[in-house]
Amino acid sequence: MPLAFSPTTVPVVVDEAKCIADKGCTVCVDVCPLDVLRISDLTGKAHMKFDECWYCMPCEKDCPTGAVTVNIPYLLR
Amino acid sequence: MDNFVEGLSEVTCDVLVIGGGTAGPMAALKAKQKNPALNVVLLEKANVKRSGAICMGMDGLNNAVVPGYATPEQYTKEITIANDGIVDQAPVFKYASRCYDIIQELDRFGIRFQKNANGDFDLKKVHHLGTYVLPMPNGDTVKKALYRQIKRERILVSNRFMATRLLTASDGRIAGATAVNTRTAEFLVLRAKTVILCMGAAGRLGLPHSGYLFGTYENPTNSGDGYAMAYHAGAALANLECYQINPLIKDYNGPACAYVAGPFGAYTANSEGNRFIESDYWSGQMMQEFYNELQSGKGPVFLKLNHLHADTVGEIEEILHKVERPSRGRFHQARGTDYREKMIEMHISEIGFCSGHSASGVFVDEFARTTVPGLYAAGDMASVPHNYMLGAFTNGAVAGEHAAEVALETDLPDFDSEFVKAERKRVLAPTRREDGIPPNQLEYKTRRLVNDYLQPPKVTARMRIGQARLAEVRDDLETALVARNAHELMRSLEVSSILDCADMAAHASLFRTESRWGLYHNRVDYPKKDDDNWFCHTLLRKVDGRLVSEKRPIQPYIVPIENEERTAYDRLRVSNQA
Ligand SMILES: Cc1cc2nc3c(=O)[nH]c(=O)nc-3n(C[C@H](O)[C@H](O)[C@H](O)COP(=O)(O)OP(=O)(O)OC[C@H]3O[C@@H](n4cnc5c(N)ncnc54)[C@H](O)[C@@H]3O)c2cc1C
Ligand code: SF4
Ligand code: SF4
Repeated sequence: MPLAFSPTTVPVVVDEAKCIADKGCTVCVDVCPLDVLRISDLTGKAHMKFDECWYCMPCEKDCPTGAVTVNIPYLLR
Repeated sequence: MDNFVEGLSEVTCDVLVIGGGTAGPMAALKAKQKNPALNVVLLEKANVKRSGAICMGMDGLNNAVVPGYATPEQYTKEITIANDGIVDQAPVFKYASRCYDIIQELDRFGIRFQKNANGDFDLKKVHHLGTYVLPMPNGDTVKKALYRQIKRERILVSNRFMATRLLTASDGRIAGATAVNTRTAEFLVLRAKTVILCMGAAGRLGLPHSGYLFGTYENPTNSGDGYAMAYHAGAALANLECYQINPLIKDYNGPACAYVAGPFGAYTANSEGNRFIESDYWSGQMMQEFYNELQSGKGPVFLKLNHLHADTVGEIEEILHKVERPSRGRFHQARGTDYREKMIEMHISEIGFCSGHSASGVFVDEFARTTVPGLYAAGDMASVPHNYMLGAFTNGAVAGEHAAEVALETDLPDFDSEFVKAERKRVLAPTRREDGIPPNQLEYKTRRLVNDYLQPPKVTARMRIGQARLAEVRDDLETALVARNAHELMRSLEVSSILDCADMAAHASLFRTESRWGLYHNRVDYPKKDDDNWFCHTLLRKVDGRLVSEKRPIQPYIVPIENEERTAYDRLRVSNQA
């Protein structure tokens, strides 16, 4: 049973110009209760890797540079 | 991150607290304060800084018993009536007597509660009978304040470890737990003299109407692991058929919220804008009226604020859109909903287990002891009914203190290394498969079946079909579940807890052949409350690998309830309505 790749639009977006993950910041990844954010190997910036979000907002609130925006997941909007 | 790392370590401590949301940090703090020489470990699936129901903060204490407003006797009476009499009053009374100390302590931690001009706590009436709601205008400080205390007391925190099973010794005492790292899949054995379970509600049992797996009322990290672990360790679980179902904003799945907006004059209304319930306090009886109105020609149901002054609505928004569920404002904005203009559509939540809001939890006595020696439980997953956030703090404190005392008199129990070996194999099985069914599909199917077959109104034949279908999913879980990385492994283990909870929900619901607690246990083919046969608790436990339910008598009341008071919550419908 091979696995398919089903795309979803993710609710949390990171402004790469503002994100300072390349300077060692991992705050949003550290605080997320659902553990769905990661620093991308490709861009060196934070991004939402898993679409499993409670739209609770610690990531946005605790980001030191205001790079994170939490939107409501599409199915609920 | 997320790649598999082979690893097996062992940690030994005196008191192990599992779950660092609300009850957990308080339990760890109190255990350490009781005896600073003790080695206290706080294990958390997420990060204690921002974990649990209160990860962003809280709008208020829903059940504060403050001198001048209420007495422990009054509170015990209110909760006994609200829970249809099925209450052991000792733990409720203990909470009610102790919680004022805890409020003052939290105030000293820097969590500020609403006070009047004289500097006294300023409570609001939301319950049917008494006054217990204490607003927290700076409720966003809760987690930070707790975290400061944890650091100050040098409690050892282990983040991103998910507990999977409890260890018991040959004499049946608790001996520790097993856990797995959620980012590497490394396996951890924790040996302890006493263990306190604070893993929150079983919030991912039913599927929200949106179909979004994580759009639950509860913080979705609370997937019922605590219930499953207690069950497999042989502990008794009480009244699981008394589900949690909450009135929420349609699609948003945040509280609507009667506790915040109610004291300002907002209320729950039908589509004609009329009030149909006397009290917005969440009880099964209230939920039944809510459900009836929702299904009726006057449905759906709304939160009504548009009759209030614009400034008042502004004040409510200031709380609702900032503290507890701050993305709420964005939800409304995207739909162009303004509280000042329109009523806001409401709906009922998915089902779950929770004693914080309802009465389904691991059985505990007034010392937070479960039926397994050395094992404690506190917060939403322990059976003290309607205990909310202050109950989590207070009973967490009770558990921490008692567990510290017992740990002092106990030698480190032995544990069964064969059990640990088998558990490691079970945990890692989805990582050993190359191919199969991913956890998100198994979870969706399980929770869809919960909605189709187990949620009220409950029907015997339907629940039996549900059991058979869930058994098929269990076969898939045991033979085909595949996890490609450590994150998916965490989700896989969560599905296993969800499935255990679904089996328990069905079993407990079938056992109680009457209707009780309004919508929570509305059994259509047994529509009447049957006090002669069912004025009792039900306890569910694992016996020889199977689910077994039994009745347990209610302990004699400490605070007597008059006959006419008993039915106060049965008369919630506004009387000039049909
Ligand atoms: C949206 C919302 C609004 C609420 N509003 C109010 C309010 O205004 N007033 C009020 O009094 N009450 C309110 N409540 C209820 C109150 O928040 C809860 O009763 C209380 O916080 C429960 O505390 P707890 O410690 O039991 O659970 P939580 O604080 O949720 O903590 C459980 C912890 O266990 C961890 N965990 C789970 N599984 C595992 C595992 N396998 N291994 C390790 N760790 C694990 C979780 O990550 C989490 O940190 C609200 C609840 C919600 C969800
Ligand atoms: S917290 Fe902000 S700056 Fe830090 S990694 Fe996340 S997005 Fe980047
Ligand atoms: S909103 Fe909450 S769950 Fe979603 S990414 Fe941010 S912290 Fe994580």
